[in-house]
Amino acid sequence: MADYHWPPADKRFLIGKSFTRLDGPAKSSGRAKYAYDINRPGMLYGRMVFSPHAHAKIKSIDTAAAEKMPGVRAVVVMFEPGKEVLWAGQEIVALAADTEDQARDAARAVKVDYEVLPHLVSDLTPEKAGAGRTSAGSEAKEGDPDAAMATADVKIEGTYGAGIITHCCLEAHGQVTEWEADKLTMWASSQNVTGIAGEMSKALSIPASNVRTITQYMGGGFGSKFGADPWGPACANLSKKAGRPVKMMLERDQELMEAGARPSIYAKVRLGAKKDGTLVAWDSESWGTSGPQGGGNPPIPYVMRAPNRRTKHTAVLTNTGPGRAWRAPNHPQSCVITMCALDDLAAAIPMDPLDFFLKNIEFTGERGKSYHEELLKAADMIDWKKKWRPRGTQDSGPVKRGLGLSIHTWGGGGHQSNATCTIHPDGSVEINIGSQDLGTGTRTIIALVAGETFGLPLSAITVNIGDSRYPASGASGGSTTVGGVSASTRRAATNALNELLAKVAPYLDAKPDDLEAAEGTVRVAQDPGRAMTWNQACAKLGATPIAAAGQRSLDLISSGVGGAQMAEVTVDTETGIVRIEEIVAVQDCGLVLNTKTAESQVFGALIMGVTYALYEEKLMDEQTGLCLNPDMEFYKLAGLADIGKFRVHMMTGPGYDERGVIGLGEPPVVSPGAAISNAVANAIGVRVPTIPITPAKVLAALEGASGTGRA
Amino acid sequence: MSAANKRVRIRLTINGASRELEIEPRRLLVELLREDLDLTGTHIGCDTTYCGACTVLLNGRNVKSCTVFAVQADGGEITTVEGLEKDGKLDAVQEAFAECHGLQCGYCTPGFLMSTRALLSRVAHPTDAQIRKGIAGNTCRCTGYQNIFKAVRAAAGGAGK
Repeated sequence: MADYHWPPADKRFLIGKSFTRLDGPAKSSGRAKYAYDINRPGMLYGRMVFSPHAHAKIKSIDTAAAEKMPGVRAVVVMFEPGKEVLWAGQEIVALAADTEDQARDAARAVKVDYEVLPHLVSDLTPEKAGAGRTSAGSEAKEGDPDAAMATADVKIEGTYGAGIITHCCLEAHGQVTEWEADKLTMWASSQNVTGIAGEMSKALSIPASNVRTITQYMGGGFGSKFGADPWGPACANLSKKAGRPVKMMLERDQELMEAGARPSIYAKVRLGAKKDGTLVAWDSESWGTSGPQGGGNPPIPYVMRAPNRRTKHTAVLTNTGPGRAWRAPNHPQSCVITMCALDDLAAAIPMDPLDFFLKNIEFTGERGKSYHEELLKAADMIDWKKKWRPRGTQDSGPVKRGLGLSIHTWGGGGHQSNATCTIHPDGSVEINIGSQDLGTGTRTIIALVAGETFGLPLSAITVNIGDSRYPASGASGGSTTVGGVSASTRRAATNALNELLAKVAPYLDAKPDDLEAAEGTVRVAQDPGRAMTWNQACAKLGATPIAAAGQRSLDLISSGVGGAQMAEVTVDTETGIVRIEEIVAVQDCGLVLNTKTAESQVFGALIMGVTYALYEEKLMDEQTGLCLNPDMEFYKLAGLADIGKFRVHMMTGPGYDERGVIGLGEPPVVSPGAAISNAVANAIGVRVPTIPITPAKVLAALEGASGTGRA
Repeated sequence: MSAANKRVRIRLTINGASRELEIEPRRLLVELLREDLDLTGTHIGCDTTYCGACTVLLNGRNVKSCTVFAVQADGGEITTVEGLEKDGKLDAVQEAFAECHGLQCGYCTPGFLMSTRALLSRVAHPTDAQIRKGIAGNTCRCTGYQNIFKAVRAAAGGAGK
């Protein structure tokens, strides 16, 4: 019997090697079809009317004029008059017309009567936000923070945080819907093909078996594309009314106003340490907004948890687009708050932050040994001991150089996943799984795992995914996809292989238990000369393929990873411009299946990290209640010239591999904000308290420091 | 709305084939390519000429087709990502992006390919600074430009790795 457990290092055929992604040619040829690219015969174009007010009661909606506009085929009212819109950008009416321009013209002809109500769009402190604008979050206490603080030799107090950013996926949210009698097909830009099929069936009151959802390729999600959203059912309803397929994708302004926001989190922190650097106490009051809803309990203090601590969080309720899960929800903000406060404490002692972190590594808990190794590895890569200088002791001259570090964590695990594996008599192999590939390399990983199981190259495996007709499999989020699909694939493939071995055994005059599939053959493990080629073996199936199912099992995966990152920056103290010189990222994630896609993931995380550390922020105007930068000219993303040099090291081998597969999407995106902020503080001698670290904030921090006479 | 209903006739050469089309004057080149001709490899990202996902070549120059009216391209020669492939074989730039992982989700990729193609036809062996400048008009959200940079260098015949 073939064993489904991951093979030991000396038996691995494909796992842990470097493979180019299978979908590269489809994407670089333009053949890959994203939801936005689906064109159907007779297809109409949908467009939504959205609220221009941050807070208003809708008195009436009049679509009569719009319905008479040229090309208009259907109008759907999405919002009930009498109710309140809670943010600018909230959708009210959807309509479909022959062309996109006609749909836009018609949207302008919809008349909505608003009673404008008072709004709050700034993420002020709870006190400033005022009564009725806050919701209590978690409050926790461990040990005796007051008594411990009294024993501290060094204490610091500061405010740290991160403003709201958006997901800004290059492919907007949206879908194409098409009915065939009472059956719906929806091509959506979705991270959750299996899940949204159920959501659509509920919203439209049709049997789930009548809904088919498809995502073959998608242009970014980052946590913002888990649901069908209000526009999914609206599009299907337009389609139904018009009797034609409808494509309705969000335009960039609406995308940035409402289709994705990472909550802001700020915190007033007090913390103390002994003279030798031992951390003794943490006390923080945090707040932030994720739009009109409350919630949001940041994991503060993050990773390095002082033994005595008090934390309290309050959500500020604002009239901004609702928060959505953004890659490692709450972690990057909590990381900035914690790691920057710790870095300031180290500077106050004064102590090299690397020594300070190593000294306190026990407070990271059970993964302390890994963090220790990762910090030392990162320090070695960036040459920390040679390059680091105490804060504010830079050479004269306007451009200052600095180093900063941070550590992070994430869970992972594997989502619920089902797979089927078919071995055809001609030797070809298919794996079917409902889950989608966000671009992380899911297809490639599935082929790799199946190939490993059968002793076949990746190219021999056909992978069918991203369709609700395939076996139910989880959403791609929280770094759970690789765990889910690799485990279900492995189980399905092993089950199929065992059926094949049973079939073939008599021909090799052996017991099925004595056989293995390896190097393109099926052979007697102890006597590899007794073999037949893979195709010969499959031919013994006659006319009937083998079809076997498999389900994600927990013994193939694990959760809980760590990583350390270090950044080197230069800061021009005359212009306030920060430049990334280098970032090194050291990361563990259990058993690495494909080193090339793993490294790509970390590179991608670093670029997003640089972007939120330095450039991007959703700017809200309190006067009008509107977003000031709902476009990509003023909502800044890093460009090719902004990123500096990145280097990645994956922790693998004994101690890591046997943990099984763990996802990698979230963890490396957590630390860049903190590492860069600490590097800036090291360079200019003063803390820029919040990210993004814009030139204006750098100059303000420098001015504040010189004004109060501090270094 | 009378202006919107007026239609004009234009002639374009797209990926080597001559096309005559009747369109509204306000039709954008990107819409014409994607909707009228189903050349959906050219993507729409930001709607406002920032992200570069819609980059195509117009008479050899890279332009963002979301801010070119189709009528402005009248008489011109257009190459889209679909036109890079020759006889079923990927262009060196396409090969390099696939091989060097200059893509993840791949949505921005066609735009990067077209800007790279334009850069390499101007400068066969660009310096790092020329690469940075040459494709500065394209934005990627998820790959990390590290690998895009490698891919451009590989396509130019330099060391990809």
